[in-house]
Amino acid sequence: MHRKTLTQLAKGLRTGEFSSVELTRGCLQRVQQFDERLNCFITVTGEQALAQAQAADARLQAGEAAPLTGIPFAHKDIFCTHGVKTSCGSKMLDNFIAPYDATVTQNLNAAGAVMIGKTNMDEFAMGSSNETSFYGPVNNPWDLQRVPGGSSGGSAAAVAARLVPASTGTDTGGSIRQPTALCGITGLKPTYGRVSRYGMIAFASSLDQGGPFARSAEDAAVMLGAMAGFDPRDSTSIERPVDDYLSGLEYSLEGLKVGLPKEFLGEGLDSSVADTVAAALGEIEKLGATLVDISLPNTSLAVPTYYVVAPAECSSNLSRMDGVRFGYRASDPRDLEDLYKRSRGEGFGAEVKRRIMIGTYALSAGYYDAYYLKAQQARRLIREDFLKAFATVDVIMGPTAPTPAFRLGEKADDPVTMYLSDIYTIAVNLAGLPGLSVPAGLAGGLPVGLQMIGNYFEEARLLNVAHRFQQATDWHEQTPPGFD
Amino acid sequence: MALDTTDVEKIAHLARLGIDPADIPEYARNLSDILAFIEQLNAVDTAGVEPLAHPLDATQRLRADEVTETVDRENFQQCAPQTGAGLYLVPKVIE
Amino acid sequence: MNWETVIGLEIHAQLKTRSKIFSGAATRYGAEPNTQACAVDLGLPGVLPVLNAEVVRMAAKFGLATHSTIAPRSVFARKNYFYPDLPKGYQISQYELPIVHGGYLDIEPDGSASKRIGITRAHLEEDAGKSLHEDFQDMTGIDLNRAGTPLLEIVSEPDLRSAQEAVAYMKKIHVLVRYLDICDGNMQEGSFRCDANISVRRQGAEEFGTRAEIKNINSFRFVEQAINYEVERQIAVIESGGAVVQETRLFDPDRHETRPMRSKEEANDYRYFPDPDLLPVEIDQDFLDAVAATLPELPEARKQRFMDEFSLSAGDAGGLTASRDQADYFEATVAASGGQGKLSANWVMGELAGALNKAGVDITAGPVSAADLGGLLRRIEDGTISGKIAKQVFHDMFNGAGSADTIIEQQGLKQISDAAAIGGIVRDVLENNPQQLEQYRNGQTRLLGYFVGQVMQATQGKANPKQVNELLRKLLDS
Repeated sequence: MHRKTLTQLAKGLRTGEFSSVELTRGCLQRVQQFDERLNCFITVTGEQALAQAQAADARLQAGEAAPLTGIPFAHKDIFCTHGVKTSCGSKMLDNFIAPYDATVTQNLNAAGAVMIGKTNMDEFAMGSSNETSFYGPVNNPWDLQRVPGGSSGGSAAAVAARLVPASTGTDTGGSIRQPTALCGITGLKPTYGRVSRYGMIAFASSLDQGGPFARSAEDAAVMLGAMAGFDPRDSTSIERPVDDYLSGLEYSLEGLKVGLPKEFLGEGLDSSVADTVAAALGEIEKLGATLVDISLPNTSLAVPTYYVVAPAECSSNLSRMDGVRFGYRASDPRDLEDLYKRSRGEGFGAEVKRRIMIGTYALSAGYYDAYYLKAQQARRLIREDFLKAFATVDVIMGPTAPTPAFRLGEKADDPVTMYLSDIYTIAVNLAGLPGLSVPAGLAGGLPVGLQMIGNYFEEARLLNVAHRFQQATDWHEQTPPGFD
Repeated sequence: MALDTTDVEKIAHLARLGIDPADIPEYARNLSDILAFIEQLNAVDTAGVEPLAHPLDATQRLRADEVTETVDRENFQQCAPQTGAGLYLVPKVIE
Repeated sequence: MNWETVIGLEIHAQLKTRSKIFSGAATRYGAEPNTQACAVDLGLPGVLPVLNAEVVRMAAKFGLATHSTIAPRSVFARKNYFYPDLPKGYQISQYELPIVHGGYLDIEPDGSASKRIGITRAHLEEDAGKSLHEDFQDMTGIDLNRAGTPLLEIVSEPDLRSAQEAVAYMKKIHVLVRYLDICDGNMQEGSFRCDANISVRRQGAEEFGTRAEIKNINSFRFVEQAINYEVERQIAVIESGGAVVQETRLFDPDRHETRPMRSKEEANDYRYFPDPDLLPVEIDQDFLDAVAATLPELPEARKQRFMDEFSLSAGDAGGLTASRDQADYFEATVAASGGQGKLSANWVMGELAGALNKAGVDITAGPVSAADLGGLLRRIEDGTISGKIAKQVFHDMFNGAGSADTIIEQQGLKQISDAAAIGGIVRDVLENNPQQLEQYRNGQTRLLGYFVGQVMQATQGKANPKQVNELLRKLLDS
């Protein structure tokens, strides 16, 4: 059953070919079998999953199936789940049992999905390799000595290893798309405001978006349909009906204009990735699209801009982790100062502390104009580049990541080198646009991702293009050796 | 912009982060590298550019003034480090 | 060497909404600790703020009533600092683009000349929780019920030059926010708090001196005391060769002095930046027009109208309009009394106020309604009872004996106005007091009062005093 896609599984459940309990048991078995090598899961909610599966089976029998009824999925440990540990990959929240559900959690529950467990992630979503987690790194199923990407490494690896048919992630600078590429699966970051952030522990408020991981565009479309929607509890949530992401999947790509930013083909791009992506673009052309050279002139500003805006926002967002009302509290604090400093000093890892300090510095007296204000101005320039481009093209494409999965520990010592892993994805968050990644081939046995970027709220179009590409190729059906 | 140990101490204090003195030099190095990287932004002319605080041009939605939450204190306090008589407890603060 | 005092006041008025500024939890005062702090108020991981429409309306009302500019676009900003009663580690406030700015209020500090006090800005922000230091050994208890209650922070220009002016300004704001029904002004419960920024300078100096901020003063009396103490302290510091330190101080109401606040000893870098969880608030003319339509007649205008319409003095009109409830009550009384402005004014500020004060009851909760009081005043006007008897009747009404007419009827208090009846009693009194009559005729005209008194006694006070007077004079002077 682990070989079936979500869409196939949903069909099987509806026709009674197998039950959700069987399916869920199957996933739990695979998790037990493989997760020791991968470390995808922080918490496995076996009992709760089986209870959810039973309830799902009852609904299926009564003919009340919703799109995800009975479908197992893994949930990034950044989403609050009532009564279930929600750690955000951090010692700071190691003891935090969330007292409420995130809206995305509620949406997936309402859609009938069965939560297998909470997945491992870079601490507080800060990282591009899942190496900063308090719970240890996640290993890439394609090569256990390599990283799966981050910050949603656990969710991506769990789908790649066929432990679950789908999972959830969050993307602030590439944290869905980059691990998607490194793990050889399909993942999507929606338009900013498409998916509710309520209950999704905040990293950088103006950049964060939740989205799905799956093995195909079709599967991702089903997941996104359940996750998305206006939420009155989130002021940044957009009041706009959720599109039917499935109905337009089959549209022809004839006449589609695809923009290729020349800035995406510069220094730092691994030649094997460049070649693989070029071949994939050839397939897109064969489907009727026209490839157009475009320019996003301010691309080089994206990573520096991000590393002002994101740390600034997170330095403030994480101030609530103070050992007073929840989370880690240092033992025997001498006084209030000691309580704060030791709880936060001991509870947060090094990368989180670094980013809090950069952010604090950027916002501090005398530096606000030079850093934060400047970055927000650069951000507008970056967005304008995209809007200009979308006046002449329909979709923008390029490599998702500059290299395939790198080795564990390879970039961990140099923060700046690590930051550059997100060079193609970050600008998309700064502009708030939707973007997805699909498997485009293998380079040296490791997956390479093709990124597709759309205009605001064009998720349906992106999924359509991805779907047609997946009908003409079979990279998305490849399984890491040992996991099929 | 290179940061020295005093700078790091000041920033860590503002952010209430307890840092082991032995680690401060490495933080100073890393932070300085990051700041040097960020300073690429200085090369760009942004005169007259309106800062973009949100990707969307949306405005704040207003909610009706109604009580919609009933608070289950037990539920919220089960994850609290220390409480007493329904209050969150911290080391005594002197005004 | 003459010193000048410079004062600016920052008033925090809690807006009387049902729910919090950014969450749907209740704002009612006095609940059990932490039973009105929902996930958003507690600052739990993942929660987000959503803005209460009513606070925007209330802020706009205040802006319109103080001739201010209401920003078509205003922004919420985070003020970052660590304190246990501040759950998120930042307060959502407004910094560069407040919702209201550039207004003014005219005050009459000593009842005479008017002085214009600038209102720099009024902005929206959330209140913090409360710290309780007393009940726990070595620990402080935090109650977050108050966290998230909406505040309107009203900042004056440093235009105030004395404690008297400061109190007059503070009182006027207090009256105004209650008139507008945006704040209940209850200082004991903390719904109306004042910080004072105080500095001194030599008379004629151009620059301001270094100021000290005195926080959280919660009564008019304390504001006056705090300012007076602080001014003397600063002058003493400078005159002895020192310099005033810019710092935050607390007023100690038991010792009547100010002292530095420990927790604010270091200057805070608040790292303000626009809150990314909230979008800019846009207000258009339609919104403002709708708010303007809900504005009550403001205290100034109402006072003037009372003076014009009811021929009241500035003092009386001012007194009556000091509270909107009282002004409403007064007008309803006038209407019920058949249009007697002056009489109603005297009674509302006199007998009624006295009785309410004694009983510790608010005018809106008093046992005598405006209609009832008006009814009583009608009976004075139409001669049914005398003013003196009316006071008796009022006392009984206040104690629940019923309407004026009921009491007059039951106790047979109708004034005797029958000329013949009065004439008879007057003649009797004169006959029975020949000595005094003789003295009167010999020039002791003061004895008129004595005769009046005797007639009143004989009639249990019910004789129409005017008629008694007239008749007595007629008979005595004939």
